[in-house]
Amino acid sequence: MKGGAGGRRLVLAIVLVLTLFVVIAPVSVVLVEGLSRGVGAFFGALGEEDTLAAIRLSIVTALVVVPINTLFGIAAAWSIAKFTFPGRKLLLSVIELPFSVSPIVAGIAYLFVYGGQGLLGPFLEEHDIKIMFALPGIILASTFVTAPFVARELIPLMQLQGNDDEEAAATLGARGFQIFRRVTLPNIRWGLVYGIILCNARVLGEFGAVSIVSGTIRGETNTLPLQIELLYHDYNTAGAFAAASVLTLVALLTLAAKVALEAKVGRGQAGR
Amino acid sequence: MKDGGRVLPGLRLSLGLTLFYAGLIICLPLAMLIIVGARLGPAEYWAVVSSPRAVASYRVTLLSAFAATAFNAVYGFLLAWALVRYEFPGRRLLDAIVDLPFALPTAVAGIALSGLFAKNGWFGAPLGAIGIKVAYTPLGIAIAMAFTSLPFVVRTLQPVLEELDGAIEEAAATLGARPLQIFRRVVLPVVVPALLAGVSLAFARSLGEFGAVIFIAGNQPFVSEITALVAYIRVEEYDYPAAAAIATVMLATAFVLLVAINALQAYARRHEALR
Repeated sequence: MKGGAGGRRLVLAIVLVLTLFVVIAPVSVVLVEGLSRGVGAFFGALGEEDTLAAIRLSIVTALVVVPINTLFGIAAAWSIAKFTFPGRKLLLSVIELPFSVSPIVAGIAYLFVYGGQGLLGPFLEEHDIKIMFALPGIILASTFVTAPFVARELIPLMQLQGNDDEEAAATLGARGFQIFRRVTLPNIRWGLVYGIILCNARVLGEFGAVSIVSGTIRGETNTLPLQIELLYHDYNTAGAFAAASVLTLVALLTLAAKVALEAKVGRGQAGR
Repeated sequence: MKDGGRVLPGLRLSLGLTLFYAGLIICLPLAMLIIVGARLGPAEYWAVVSSPRAVASYRVTLLSAFAATAFNAVYGFLLAWALVRYEFPGRRLLDAIVDLPFALPTAVAGIALSGLFAKNGWFGAPLGAIGIKVAYTPLGIAIAMAFTSLPFVVRTLQPVLEELDGAIEEAAATLGARPLQIFRRVVLPVVVPALLAGVSLAFARSLGEFGAVIFIAGNQPFVSEITALVAYIRVEEYDYPAAAAIATVMLATAFVLLVAINALQAYARRHEALR
């Protein structure tokens, strides 16, 4: 726009000041509050038994959920990007549905499947299987919330690359998994890594859905974000911000990985 | 693509796995939610979703989301504009920073904002001195929503602004148009569909936001209680049918917005293709 250098400077100043206040300040306050009492106090707060248990639980959850959603994402992308079949668009919408559903709604929905009064409640009780207010419930709710991450990265990437290479490999006698490993995977690997990193970050940070299904039992079913809430409401500000700093560092690492991967994949793919 | 199904292997396996997963993980819980909500019967369902406390929560949620989205429409537009049109040191860093609200867990955003706006916080202290209270008010809710939904507006606008041809603006300027005129007559018409799509995404996200909001909201019924929290409290009280009813209201709202957003995005793409 020919607003001249003055207009440009004004817009830029507004943008930078707002970003400082709206985005940078909240992130900084977490790190400052978390680390202001010194590194010793920081690790001391993290070393508390319940917080350690929460960190462990969050890691276990991620270790289960991320592979499940990676496998699902690859399968979904392979079927949707490489083939045409009736209902393909509908399936795509269903896969993206978790992004539009409030995590609270997701958590409540899971209660009605696996909870005591839920669809499978009587069956689960009879066989003494505990899903709600236990690790399996946390895993299921986290799986729902992060379902679209890998698929959404891979589908446009695979569609863009077309089927020619895979078809050539098939004609030359390559078998299914061989084709995927040797031909498709090298083409999509950075998009795949990116989707996995996003999925992981979201699993570690999920709050609403997990807060419904976890039962928030101290030291047992509290994930790290739930532990942050608990510490905060216990007026243990130092502990809450120390725990929050850990998740903030994960977020910053995720962003760094995003920037690095964007250089490899190209903006359009890893941008959204 | 056309004959892919005949040559490539793996359709049955991958589609089977996908359908199984989508059915079990995504569709079954949402279907159960709707069924439990429907089991209430029309009269009782209506009594729950139209109870004064629920209606007050709709008002708080909608108004806060509206304020947050209006703010982000302006701020997000300026941010996207600066990122696309201006060269300045730190532009790439700023571009990366835009994603921070997505990357940061909502609970972390929640305690960060409530720390900032607490009575003795970085922002809370000076604002308190001039008599503005943010924590425990709908204003605080709006700020939390604005934080978490900002990237939607920026990321939806960026590609459209990148394709916007500066030459038309220059032509308009040469013909004597003033900067604001150029903005209104040349830039805005092209950008509006994408802006609306981004704004709707941000609005939808704000309506469903929970973690970032509840720390700063104070959660006072009728004043600063969002709908997601009302549903959450019903669960804590073991009033599952009522929780289901309120959750279905949220789900239905999300569906309506989703359809609107898809239509807007399709329109935006057509609009782009025509140019």
